[in-house]
Amino acid sequence: MKTPLSTLHLRRATSLAEALTILRDEPRTPVAGATDVYVQLNFGTHPATRFLDIWACDELRSISVRDDTLVLGALATYTAMLASHAVAARLPMMREAARQVGGPQIQNRGTVGGNIANGSPAGDSLPVLAAADAVVVLRSHADERRIPLTAFYTGYRTTVMRSDELIVAVEVPRVTGRQFFRKVGTRAAQAISKIVVAAVRDGSSARIAVGSVAPTVVRLRETERALAASASLDDAMAALRAEIRPIDDIRSTAEYRLKVTENVVRRFWLASI
Amino acid sequence: MTQSVGKSVSRKDGIGKATGATKYADDVVLPGMLHGRTIRSTIPRGTVKSIRFDFDTTGFTIVDHRDIPGTNVVALIRDDQPYLVETEVQHVAEPILLLAHADRDVLFAAKVVIEYETLEPVYDPLASAVSFKEISIEKGGVVASLAGAEIVVEGEYRTGHQEHVYIETNGVYAVPEEDGSITVHGSMQCPFYALKALKGLMGPATPVRVVQTETGGGFGGKEEYPSMIAGHAALLAMKSGRPVKIIYDRVEDMVATTKRHPSIVRHRTGLTRAGQLIAMDVEVIIDGGAYATLSEVVLSRGSIHAAGPYRCAHTHIRARAMKTNTPPNGAFRGFGAPQTEFAMEVHMDRIAEQLGMCPVALREMNALVPGDTTATGQTLRRDASALECLREAVARTDFIRKREAYRGTSKGIGLALFYHGAGFTGAGEERLRSRARLDLTGRGVRILVASTEIGQGTRTMHAQIVSDAMGIPYEDVEVAMPDTAVSADSGPTVASRTCMVVGRILERCAQEMKARLAGRTPAEYLDTVGPLSVILEHVPPPWINWDDDTYQGDAYPTYAWGCDVVELELDPDTYEARPTHVTAVQEFGRPIHPALAQGQIEGGTVQGLGFALLERVVMRDGAMANPTLTNYTIPTTLDTPAMDIVMLENHYEGGPFGAKGLGELPIDGPAPAVVNAIRHIGLDLRSIPAIPETLLTCASL
Repeated sequence: MKTPLSTLHLRRATSLAEALTILRDEPRTPVAGATDVYVQLNFGTHPATRFLDIWACDELRSISVRDDTLVLGALATYTAMLASHAVAARLPMMREAARQVGGPQIQNRGTVGGNIANGSPAGDSLPVLAAADAVVVLRSHADERRIPLTAFYTGYRTTVMRSDELIVAVEVPRVTGRQFFRKVGTRAAQAISKIVVAAVRDGSSARIAVGSVAPTVVRLRETERALAASASLDDAMAALRAEIRPIDDIRSTAEYRLKVTENVVRRFWLASI
Repeated sequence: MTQSVGKSVSRKDGIGKATGATKYADDVVLPGMLHGRTIRSTIPRGTVKSIRFDFDTTGFTIVDHRDIPGTNVVALIRDDQPYLVETEVQHVAEPILLLAHADRDVLFAAKVVIEYETLEPVYDPLASAVSFKEISIEKGGVVASLAGAEIVVEGEYRTGHQEHVYIETNGVYAVPEEDGSITVHGSMQCPFYALKALKGLMGPATPVRVVQTETGGGFGGKEEYPSMIAGHAALLAMKSGRPVKIIYDRVEDMVATTKRHPSIVRHRTGLTRAGQLIAMDVEVIIDGGAYATLSEVVLSRGSIHAAGPYRCAHTHIRARAMKTNTPPNGAFRGFGAPQTEFAMEVHMDRIAEQLGMCPVALREMNALVPGDTTATGQTLRRDASALECLREAVARTDFIRKREAYRGTSKGIGLALFYHGAGFTGAGEERLRSRARLDLTGRGVRILVASTEIGQGTRTMHAQIVSDAMGIPYEDVEVAMPDTAVSADSGPTVASRTCMVVGRILERCAQEMKARLAGRTPAEYLDTVGPLSVILEHVPPPWINWDDDTYQGDAYPTYAWGCDVVELELDPDTYEARPTHVTAVQEFGRPIHPALAQGQIEGGTVQGLGFALLERVVMRDGAMANPTLTNYTIPTTLDTPAMDIVMLENHYEGGPFGAKGLGELPIDGPAPAVVNAIRHIGLDLRSIPAIPETLLTCASL
């Protein structure tokens, strides 16, 4: 059942300061591209009725490199990331994720901050950020906090964010080594991920993150340790099988997700020597 | 010499659709119009115990079964489906109540609480004790022939539900007229089906009229279902005295409306060691859902096509449509044939594997040729082209060489040989007695038929036929929107009959019109003689001979033929089968409009690829659990491989300018060709959709 539009209330902020003031005074769900919020409203599954549109807060839009750190403004769209030389040079796996998310319309509207805030376990940019040890920058009218993406989620679509906080940027430290991204969707394009893997191999060490296999994006710490300890690949895959417990849902099966995650991680490891 | 037929003239509906000027049902807003909403059951089986309105009913129009002036039944073949539940619920999403309100938000915020007493539902057609229809088609003596066969190959094959995914969801609006009648305008394929159903529903005191609105796709999904939503809108309009519009959103459309029948087909086939078919024993079971709707005719077409385009002296096809507590399944492009031809064609490849034969050689040895008889004992005339399609497809694709070259790799190549009967089955066309009407206009003529444009090109193709048969320019032929008040009842827009059957009547109307003009221009005739209408009725070919009781005889006046070759690659990590190239060789008499014909083949082929690989209706507790375009995935452009479309000609003398039917043929072949290509890679796959999860299971065996 669609959410009746007449019951919704929207305010629009044109600067970060204004947005933070509004959020200080009352909790509102921030929206930017609204690519996921609209879908949920259309299905009547979005609980919120009061929203804050931050699309016009241009200072959150930039993509830059500061102190050897790639800083993606919260409003950086997939299209902007695809066009960014800094993203291409420093985070090619993000480029791949941006290229494969939705279609051009979604890529034009969807933002990295929105993908983080939405917190879907199937969010395509999230494994990239998790594998890259990215840090989410949260700001409120009173303070600013930096939370590693891997500590940002507390459960299915729940985060450490306070209601007066806004994601303003995500910081990605220099990634050394070879990057890898593989999305496995329900079809070749315009698909939600059944599994999505981002990984970095630097010599004998690896950082591997997977989406759609748990309530949140997960880093495969045990698998990473096994690979770093020069255990055999089969032993590392045994660790992988032990550390994720995907589920059956309308898009796929636990069996498939487990097996294909293993296959994809194997492929990553063997291809990035 | 034709001026228009055989040329890709501009579509009659092209500019309006391309510019966005065309109005669909939901674009229409009338003064005082209310929005309508359907309150549906949330249980698969049981009885309604109580209904409570948990909202302020001021300003609402509320309709239940007691408001029905006529009969509470959607008249179609059997009168078993109610417009509104009285007490018994047979499936999830069954309509119970109708609400209307001027404010859409208020309407959709209204909460109705329904309490039920539940009964144990039946979901498995094999476990169901109720059949809607059973068919037996027998030729020769199967039991003895199987017993004496050198080789017997058995197998069971399954296909799933498929959703039509027309771009425009179901939608209608009903208008109470000053004279007390009700006019229903809506997106539909068969205005006269809706009219018949509405007459029964509204009773003799309320005259009804049905007008088609521009329709954004149908694929069979708007054959019988619009009778339901049209009735609902009419009831609300009658009670409120105001125009009422009901437009389903995608979720409601997917959950509540019809799907392709899931099927289970079992084959036992006897052959000689050399590969000659001796005996075929075929059992077909389709899942009809909770009401009969069109299941018996879907079963009929499915069972007639179940033995495939092959010669076999001894065949026995036993088919049944079973009741389950799921939303009724209904018409879908192909109408049962894609399911049974899937089974036959995968079975043929399994036979070839067991005999150690090339799948092409096995088919060449057994394919029907002119003079052969089909499973119903129909002797094929000279326009049967199975071998021509097979040979062309094999040659163009270098099939034999690739079949060897791909062995042991992750690439596969597979083919399917298929056919599709055009027009209604058996005596159907004779019973329909379809008529077409042509009116003289100042410039030329106007076509008035009930055949609907649903994107496939009806208007354009009919105008081409009339234009050439009369010898007037294509631009001087108008096509009226189907309207039961003025259009001739040319029958439903289904069964690949709109070109071959209705087009032929129009061709005759045009010839008659031309003779009546006797050299005068339309303007001269109107000035000197007056208005002129020509109405003619379909004349079935005189040699048609069909027995409905024994299912023997000429099942269809003619068949279209096809051979598809699919090449694909299996991803070793993700078990995704990705088609890389499809070749579709199809013979359908002749193309009236080559670009539209190619569009039908391309579209039907992609829809078939979706049926084969992607489209999975997840049923949970009797309801579709993935009723969104996000989670019910149809192919995108990136899922669509390069296609080589080849149109062979073999004219049918009973069709306009030699044309047969084309609409359904292209969806019969892709699924078995896909599965045979996957089998070529080495996976023992016998069911669709062949989603990666299924292929992983096959690969693990």
